[in-house]
Amino acid sequence: MAEYPRPLPVPTPETQAFWDGCLAGELLLQKCDACARTYFPPRDFCPACSGRKVTTFKASGKATLYSYVINHRPRPDFGTEPHSIAVVTLAEGPRMMTNIIDCPQTPEALQLDMTLEVSFEKASETIALPKFRPAKG
Amino acid sequence: MKQKSVAVVGAAETTQMGKIPNQSVIGLHADAALNAMRDAGLTAKDIDGVATAGESPVELAHYLGITPTWADGTSVGGCSFMLHVRHAAAAINAGLCNTVLITHAESGKSRVGARKFGRDPASQMGQFEVPFGVTSPPTMFTIPVLRYMKEVGVTLEDLATVAVIQREWAAKNPRASYRDPITVDDVLNSSMIAWPFTKLMCCLVTDGGGALILTSAERAKDFPQKPVYILGTGESVETPLISQMADFTTSKAFRVSGKKAFDEAGIKHADVDHLMIYDAFAHLPLYGLEDLGFVKRGEAAAFIRERNTAIGGKLPLNTNGGGLSYMHSGMYGMYALQESVRQMRGIAPAQVPGAKISVAHGVGGMFAASGTIIFSNEAP
Repeated sequence: MAEYPRPLPVPTPETQAFWDGCLAGELLLQKCDACARTYFPPRDFCPACSGRKVTTFKASGKATLYSYVINHRPRPDFGTEPHSIAVVTLAEGPRMMTNIIDCPQTPEALQLDMTLEVSFEKASETIALPKFRPAKG
Repeated sequence: MKQKSVAVVGAAETTQMGKIPNQSVIGLHADAALNAMRDAGLTAKDIDGVATAGESPVELAHYLGITPTWADGTSVGGCSFMLHVRHAAAAINAGLCNTVLITHAESGKSRVGARKFGRDPASQMGQFEVPFGVTSPPTMFTIPVLRYMKEVGVTLEDLATVAVIQREWAAKNPRASYRDPITVDDVLNSSMIAWPFTKLMCCLVTDGGGALILTSAERAKDFPQKPVYILGTGESVETPLISQMADFTTSKAFRVSGKKAFDEAGIKHADVDHLMIYDAFAHLPLYGLEDLGFVKRGEAAAFIRERNTAIGGKLPLNTNGGGLSYMHSGMYGMYALQESVRQMRGIAPAQVPGAKISVAHGVGGMFAASGTIIFSNEAP
């Protein structure tokens, strides 16, 4: 193992269910019972209408590429090759940061609005990170 | 709300700029503060309000020997000092204090007495952004630009042109870190930092600081320097996470802050003689010109390409060379304010002839926050 400590998320009570979902291979989102807004990152109330009744549900895992950079600076846990840092728009509406994987890390291969699907990368015993790869078919 | 007028009566940067290995962060704050006090003909005993970001206002007040009746530690990134000016104006108007010192300093390059980088892994950024490889502004602030370029038709050459024209301004400034002319090709061929951003599209990393002293417009006439009046102020915040910015092609914080300042000042865009837009990266002036309303959506790149913001253009922009060529110690907003004050005093190295109104617009975090100050050298 490299000596560089990989910066992994430390869940809080409000986000524990999301990270548990990732470990189980499910991308969980939350939706407001009152105004029906789906939102991210997780919290136990609705940021659109301040409602406290929300429902957690399994998202489709489908997304499109909203924007990205290809990082050329050292980040030892990502190896020495340039890698994408992307923001995707989930089919359900919210956006999240991720990496685009199983795809050349080039401007030619990474086209905005390309369709993607979630793929969980196990990073430790307790954390799996939601990454996205080009959708099949 | 239209407030009674407040004015800048002291303004100065640190004695040295660039690489300053022999001074710590708090030492640089003090150097900038003492220079601003000398500029205003004051000592610490005359100051009764303090504001700073990064450092605590408690640290600042005690280090300088100030006993304040008002302190503001608002710390929302590089535009914090615009917010301090706004808050100080309100505090002076409300009678909470009479004479406010606002300081900025960072040992961005030498890291003497500087805070460590790093995010709490339980914070929102620690959980939802850092694990995907973001390390610092070059991999965060830059993420929206490909979406902006696609939606409004901006090219890499347009981004590079921002840096080229700002270098032309820097060439006129003896204190600028980089003064040699550059071409669009030089910018595009400089080392790749985070596609599509090359090194010359990114701000410098330097050491330095600056300080401002504000008081009521009534008292300002009795100070040694020509008063620079505050006509209007605005501020807003949007999100700590770049991934959660509502629209990657426009900043809500910019729009809200800018409109507030223009409404308060009661001026039109055509009245503005000089403009500073915090340029941590080459795309910021494009967003700023559009979100402040100087041009319509999608027109900023052509506006810059046609040299409207260059020397001799109708809207001189970032006349000190900007964060891209002048200096950038970490929270650059203070230097944008300093250049606006110099332009209003008529003493800037690249002075805009006859300039009467200057706008300084700042960004904090990664489009997280914003502050806008509108200055004039004529009493409102």
